[in-house]
Amino acid sequence: MSESVIQVEGVSKIYHIGARLRRFPSLRDRIMEGLAAPLNHLRRFASGRDNREDDDTVLWALKDVSFEVRRGEVLGLIGMNGAGKSTLLKVLSKITEPTGGRVRVRGRLASLLEIGTGFHPELTGRENIYLNGAILGMKRAEVARKFDEIVAFAEIERFVDTPVKRYSSGMYMRLAFSVAAHLDPEILLVDEVLAVGDSRFQKKCLGKMGDVQKTGRTIVFVSHNMSAVQALCGRALLLRAGRIALSGPSDSVVTAYLAESAGRARFERTGPFPKRVAIVAARVTSTDGSDAVVFRVFLRSDARRHCSLDLRILDIRGTPVGFASLGTFEPDQMVHVMPGENEVQFSLVVERLGVGDYLVSLDVTHPGVEYFDRVENCLSFSVARPPRDGAIRVLEQAWGYGAVQLSLRGAQVRRCQNEK
Amino acid sequence: MRRWSWLSLDLRELWSHRELLYFLTWREIRIRYAQTILGAMWAVLQPLLNTIVFTIFFGQLAGIPSDGLPYPIWSYCGLLPWMYFAQSLHMATNSLVANQNLITKVYFPRILVPMSGVFVPLADMAFGLLVLIGMMVRYSIAPGTALIYAPLFLLLALSLALAVGLWLSALNAMYRDVRHTLPFLVQFWMFVSPVVYPASQVPLSKIVWGVELPLRGLYGLNPMVGVIEGFRWAVLGTGLGPGIALWTSVATTLLLLIGGSLYFHRTERTLADTI
Repeated sequence: MSESVIQVEGVSKIYHIGARLRRFPSLRDRIMEGLAAPLNHLRRFASGRDNREDDDTVLWALKDVSFEVRRGEVLGLIGMNGAGKSTLLKVLSKITEPTGGRVRVRGRLASLLEIGTGFHPELTGRENIYLNGAILGMKRAEVARKFDEIVAFAEIERFVDTPVKRYSSGMYMRLAFSVAAHLDPEILLVDEVLAVGDSRFQKKCLGKMGDVQKTGRTIVFVSHNMSAVQALCGRALLLRAGRIALSGPSDSVVTAYLAESAGRARFERTGPFPKRVAIVAARVTSTDGSDAVVFRVFLRSDARRHCSLDLRILDIRGTPVGFASLGTFEPDQMVHVMPGENEVQFSLVVERLGVGDYLVSLDVTHPGVEYFDRVENCLSFSVARPPRDGAIRVLEQAWGYGAVQLSLRGAQVRRCQNEK
Repeated sequence: MRRWSWLSLDLRELWSHRELLYFLTWREIRIRYAQTILGAMWAVLQPLLNTIVFTIFFGQLAGIPSDGLPYPIWSYCGLLPWMYFAQSLHMATNSLVANQNLITKVYFPRILVPMSGVFVPLADMAFGLLVLIGMMVRYSIAPGTALIYAPLFLLLALSLALAVGLWLSALNAMYRDVRHTLPFLVQFWMFVSPVVYPASQVPLSKIVWGVELPLRGLYGLNPMVGVIEGFRWAVLGTGLGPGIALWTSVATTLLLLIGGSLYFHRTERTLADTI
């Protein structure tokens, strides 16, 4: 059993969201708060509850999180947005201090929460390599030694002495990743940085991560890319609302997470609602095998009406993927609602969608006539699918080919008779 | 005991990040005059233009004495450390906010950021010193042996800018009001420093409401008095020379620096959340 290099004991992190909402509190605000504080304390004391957990201006980004990472282990952190993954990485990398608990790290640690941190557009590629290297914790001699390798990996040889503001975004990303990829720490914390560049470069990056892993480095890896987590990580932690919900072999944790995020994705709205037709709640009840996602949408209406229910689907980066509708394309699919609450159930066929998470926005309209209600990004579902027997791989949203797998038909192969 | 152990730990960590300090400073110097026509000429023009304005208004119109030297070189010699201080204070104060993306994404001792803020204007000052040498040749003023002390006064200005910069940058990270207050603070500070007038113009004492106030002593609490008077004394051989005022300046600076470090240390742990 190898020794543990990261020990996390009972770590909690509280954010005061009251203060966070106003991102720039002015001095006057603070003074007013300061004056009001004793009064609030008194009021809280008088009302007999002095429990900070109940305070609705407090957000527990992490709550009593404990785990260990052993030398050479590759640990995946997964969870929905806001589950505390990024906060945990920030606490591990000392960017911010936990409100409670202890973190012990043994060894040289580098964190990659984004790539290209500190890049300056006016500086040349060469200068940015040295600068970024220093920011990531590399010694100048170390950067000098790896310089040619970094440039070659990023494929920017001809532009080393060009200011990076003249780079294409692809070149910029490649250079940024390349510097990061040549970091040589004992412990590496990575947040989603693999989702960059074109697919060829991504493959190169995943290969590099694999190499790092083979040299016995310890890696903590946050990702929404479940295939990458499964491929790279031996063990995974599932975070839910700041707590560790599940810990174990990455395959089983990923499976549990996907099942959960599909089954749990639900949304309930508190009023006031639009008067005529309102979306009051919605849920995605299951991933129906790998081919369909079942939706239940609750509509409140003031009268008998015909309306169309539209789904706008975005991939996890917010790129529109497609549009589906009950009623807009086929008038006889229109939803008939009665006064009061109505439940509408339907399936969305996802067999052409690539593996990954999707966001759904709902609209209720009378097509071409009026808008009743809309809710943005209220649900999410995941598409997960093992490669079919004999298939080499499944399409993944994160590869950057797009989210839709298109079909080819009528392929014919003929032998050419010398003439072309 | 624990206090000292964290201090030594901090210093060791600072030392291990010295290259980052170098790169942060180098980056700012490198981009300071990017895409300007005059480039580093600006470093020379700013104090020169100020000197011209001061000579016309304070030297000629107001007739402020200048320790028996031509007003232009006398005021330039004071402006040089003053402008260094003002720029350093400005850069250090805004440094944390300007480097938000670094602070929220990477760990390193945060104190490096305001530190680099006080190192960057050293480059400007180096150019300014060349002009000072030129002016001394022009006015045929030869420095005495006291010249060897000149760097110490600049070091004092650097320490003071860092000390105040630590306070203000940490405050600015939380309350952006600081940024808007800074220009007034700097302007006010210039008038309570012997930039446009010699310190000898300040009366030794004054009776206010029947109480005798040691005015010159109070004036000396402003460490820039020690810096500017001292620098002029070292370079031009004028002014009061190092006396009790200098030691007050050093003591005040040290107090501000220790307080600033402690305050900064206290805020840096959650800086990434509050900035």
